[in-house]
Amino acid sequence: MRNFYLIFKKEFKSYFSSPIAYVVITMFLILSGYFFYNTFALFSTISFNATIDPALAKQVGLLNITESVARPLFGNISVILLLMVPLLTMRLFSEEKKSGTIELLLTYPVTDMEVLLGKFLACMAVFTIMIALTVLYPILIIAFGQPEAGPIITGYIGLFFVGASFVSLGIFASSLTENQIIAATLSFGVLILFFMMGTSVSLMGPTIGNIMMHISLIGHLEGFAKGIVDTTDIIYYFLFIVLFNFLTLRVLESKKWRG
Amino acid sequence: MIEVENLTKYYGDYHALKGVTFSVKKGDILGFLGPNGAGKTTTMRILTCFFPPTSGKASVAGFDVFEEPLEVRKRIGYLPENVPLYKDMTVEDYLIFAAGIKGVEGKKIKGAVAKVMDECVLTDVSYKFIAELSKGYRQRVGLAQALVNEPEVLILDEPTIGLDPKQIIEIRKLIKNLAGRRTVILSTHILPEVSMTCQKVVIINDGRVVAVDTPQNLTSRVQGASRFIIRIEGPSHEVIKTLEAIQGVSKVIRRDSHAANGIGEYTIESLKERDIRRDIAPVIVNKGWALIELRPQEMSLEDIFVKLVTKE
Repeated sequence: MRNFYLIFKKEFKSYFSSPIAYVVITMFLILSGYFFYNTFALFSTISFNATIDPALAKQVGLLNITESVARPLFGNISVILLLMVPLLTMRLFSEEKKSGTIELLLTYPVTDMEVLLGKFLACMAVFTIMIALTVLYPILIIAFGQPEAGPIITGYIGLFFVGASFVSLGIFASSLTENQIIAATLSFGVLILFFMMGTSVSLMGPTIGNIMMHISLIGHLEGFAKGIVDTTDIIYYFLFIVLFNFLTLRVLESKKWRG
Repeated sequence: MIEVENLTKYYGDYHALKGVTFSVKKGDILGFLGPNGAGKTTTMRILTCFFPPTSGKASVAGFDVFEEPLEVRKRIGYLPENVPLYKDMTVEDYLIFAAGIKGVEGKKIKGAVAKVMDECVLTDVSYKFIAELSKGYRQRVGLAQALVNEPEVLILDEPTIGLDPKQIIEIRKLIKNLAGRRTVILSTHILPEVSMTCQKVVIINDGRVVAVDTPQNLTSRVQGASRFIIRIEGPSHEVIKTLEAIQGVSKVIRRDSHAANGIGEYTIESLKERDIRRDIAPVIVNKGWALIELRPQEMSLEDIFVKLVTKE
């Protein structure tokens, strides 16, 4: 337990002793802020026009600030996370492999599990800070409207699961190689695949389409953004996270069995 | 303290260790000698539980490296060859991290780190980032992290490589000071280092142990014959004849071609078992010549090494 905490502390600190965390968080906030501004501005323009043009009001139907501003926010943030999280995870094992520090780390009296958990949670901590800073957007929504609190809270829970999934896959990619660019490319590629799977459902047959819908990372976020906490979604993310952490452990252990 | 029995290791098809056996007593400093690629680092990585052997057994302080790696690691201080350290940490932070993770109690960490920084002369750079340090200082940080939990066993892979002569002397002194208190294995391919610091030498070549002994015994064992260098003032021809007549002498060679003030230098080889030094002096004196110098010529460790390694 103590070892895990020491590794966590060291990794967390090292995010902030290099510019990585600052750069990633800044870019993330710029992008998410820009998306948020767009949806909010669009919503207010449509709302304003609808008040003076009843025909338009009929056409766009129900105008709801929760549905039109808060809900897309989580989808947008998750896309930006897709681009940012691999940059946070890529160095976690690759760098240790490249510089050789993994040799010292793994000859200290720590288990592979403690090392992995320390790194995983350190990255999750940075991720949480990143996400926590976006709370400004719901606050702005609340300042100018009356959104429902429920979907916003569940949306954040969903984002947290999505983030943890990204992190576990990113760390797995990082454990495979000593090259950070390869680690990042692998994470981007696999994450985008998992993300986009849901969009090709209509092209597939009903059976495969259904399976792909269920495997898709983004499909499971929609429920959360709508305010629905479905155990299916929770179990999906949970399994995703456990699977990739398990694979990472196996990679760490495989040095023992190889050649 | 350390028992290694018939270790083998394959890297894919490459057979890196082909049955390495040796043991180290508590408090000894063992020199691990061999050309590049002989299997020194591989053996050390097995002992530190970085990876297990393909077959064979190794135990440190009574714990098997494969069965109880965590117990072994608790008792080991390891300095890998290229001294990999976290460059984005300061010296002090890194040592605090190492102390904590190696099981030094929370309250004692500060004291342990201060002590080890003092021992390794790091106090002046404690606040510096490791990335800013010179090679010599990094080496010392590496040694400090190995020492910080006062482990029973120290495993040092080429601890003096890449240092300047002054730093080499300092590091050797530091290692020598540990003798008796700690069991040390150090690998090197600098031979004088071994004769200066180690009580026991394991010479390894091509994945096999070719010799295990004290540096002194190795010298006499490999030599096969004792050699002396002798300087005598007297007629060269007669001197050689007289010396060859002494019982036990097998060969006399004149070393210098021209005599300076009648003094000649000769190499005498004799059978190992017989100390001929006692017999030489009276013979020379009886002839009325002057015995200027008589000293044993030892084979240097370098000669032994080359002899052992090229024998195969």
